[in-house]
Amino acid sequence: MRRSRNTVLSVISAGVFLAILYMLNMNRAGNGMLISIMQKSAIFALVAVSMNLLNGFTGLFSLGQAGFMSIGAYTTAILLIPVQSLDGVYYMNGINPGIRALKVFLSALPPWFQSVYPFMALIVGALFAAVIASIVGVAVLRLKSDYLAIATLGLSEIIRALFSSPQLDGITNGSYGLNKIPAFPKMFGGLVPPIITPFIVSAVCITLIVLLIRSSYGRAFMAIREDEIAAEAMGISLFKHKSMSFIISSFFSALAGGMLAMYMRSIEAKTFSITLTYDILLIVVIGGIGSVTGSVLGAFLVTASKEWWLRFFDQPLELFGWDVPLFRTGFRMVIFSILLMVVVLIYRRGLMGTNEFSWDRIFGRFKWKRRKVQGGGS
Amino acid sequence: MSLLEIRDLKVCYGGIVALNGISFDVEEHEIVTLIGANGAGKSTTLRAIMGLIPIAGGTIMYRGEKLNGLDTQKIVGKGVVLVPEGRRVFPNLTTLENLRLGAYLQKDKAVIEANLERVYGLFPRLKERHWQHAGTLSGGEQQMLAVGRALMADPKLIMMDEPSLGLAPLVVKEIFSIIRKVNEAGVTVLLIEQNANVALKTANRGYVLETGTVSMTGPGRALLEDEQIRVAYLGKTR
Repeated sequence: MRRSRNTVLSVISAGVFLAILYMLNMNRAGNGMLISIMQKSAIFALVAVSMNLLNGFTGLFSLGQAGFMSIGAYTTAILLIPVQSLDGVYYMNGINPGIRALKVFLSALPPWFQSVYPFMALIVGALFAAVIASIVGVAVLRLKSDYLAIATLGLSEIIRALFSSPQLDGITNGSYGLNKIPAFPKMFGGLVPPIITPFIVSAVCITLIVLLIRSSYGRAFMAIREDEIAAEAMGISLFKHKSMSFIISSFFSALAGGMLAMYMRSIEAKTFSITLTYDILLIVVIGGIGSVTGSVLGAFLVTASKEWWLRFFDQPLELFGWDVPLFRTGFRMVIFSILLMVVVLIYRRGLMGTNEFSWDRIFGRFKWKRRKVQGGGS
Repeated sequence: MSLLEIRDLKVCYGGIVALNGISFDVEEHEIVTLIGANGAGKSTTLRAIMGLIPIAGGTIMYRGEKLNGLDTQKIVGKGVVLVPEGRRVFPNLTTLENLRLGAYLQKDKAVIEANLERVYGLFPRLKERHWQHAGTLSGGEQQMLAVGRALMADPKLIMMDEPSLGLAPLVVKEIFSIIRKVNEAGVTVLLIEQNANVALKTANRGYVLETGTVSMTGPGRALLEDEQIRVAYLGKTR
């Protein structure tokens, strides 16, 4: 009965959330900031969850997320830039004739293909990243803890350097970056408007990751995190499971990277520098290493406070004719850092720790409070 | 044919010889113990059998099949499991999750449930604590969990590395009665102990390991009465 209550509550809250999204879609004009923040949060939530799968659940400290995101972003962008815009985008060095021929061929395919094409582009980018991860994984997954972190960090930088190198001008447009990337497509023939698409894609992907974590594979990942030797003695193949986690994490990071390309409409290699990985690591740590709901919550809180809620610290402020000092561009980042320190000091293990959001916990808290009140009265 | 036949097993760590050609047998339904001081090569023997470390020479035969060079996964699949030294339960997973991990290679859900019932039958305490994180269990309970987790794989041969390590004497007694119970249920036990007294009392046969070689062998009771062993391992003064 409790389970059915929880299911009902979950379905209702998902419905409410969707209704809010549809309402925002109706009133786009005044809510541009909110919509854009929420979309970015949805994308970062997916990367954070995929990073959490690797760092939090499998215990592999990897910092290669930005690299895999850039693979997804570039692949998706190259596949999606409309043929008629190609010359404008590659105005300096021209485009590789093979890619142009492929794109001309694809653009001639029937409408039903064109409507699923953006999603196929996302998946192709993700698969490409997964293939790279499976090759690189053979080498880097032999490393442990800090060494793995440094190797993956280096890998991410190598990918970024490759994408901006002049040798790849015809494909990635080198240091000029790519623009004129089409925005989010609509889904199910317009049933889901473009604005809501990233939420649906992220939700589906995160659900898949959660199902994986709850399966026996997920248990094996956690066993590896807890104790490699004991896990191996149970018959869990360390290499197989580590590379599986690495590949799946890279797949979803790249998919989110592709969505980021659609969100930003123009990308360059600099977007995917180490700081992007750190931003995601921040989300994972704030949300709680080993908690999926924590990562989702962290993605929204970090994105919103970084780009929106703290904005007024950047404007000069005058109180009763007194010009408050320090209120100028960049001050919000100081406040943001202080807030982060406070959060980390209060919640040592992130907002959610290793727990997941559950209705039982919320109801349990209410009950506990009520009991305490009754206990005090008697 | 013995269940497990070790012939001339050699293991080296870098240049250091850990096992210098040891041979022993484990018959079906027996409890066999390897005793010896620190560094005699007891744990190394078990880890070599499990394929967790490479061996430098010799053969490991299990039911007439060669185990050398096989993956740990395959060896577990054949029914040989290890209860590692120091218990090594997964502290942040629940008792139930720990037990399910023991049956990781078993894909048949019905078999897993049956094994779970059997383990709960042996250790009712684990059933009471099935929702609790393994790290919060007491030392004795963790050892039960480690044994239970190994039993989830439905083993023919269970190998235990120092099950009495760090446990109170009363709990040690309990653990050894559990080992006897497991053995009566038809599982062959290969036991490694520093606590030679209890180990030899429980075991049908014992082998004494000294710096990488087997120095003595015989039925558990006989070894227990041997003057040399009493001096070397049981703390009796001459």
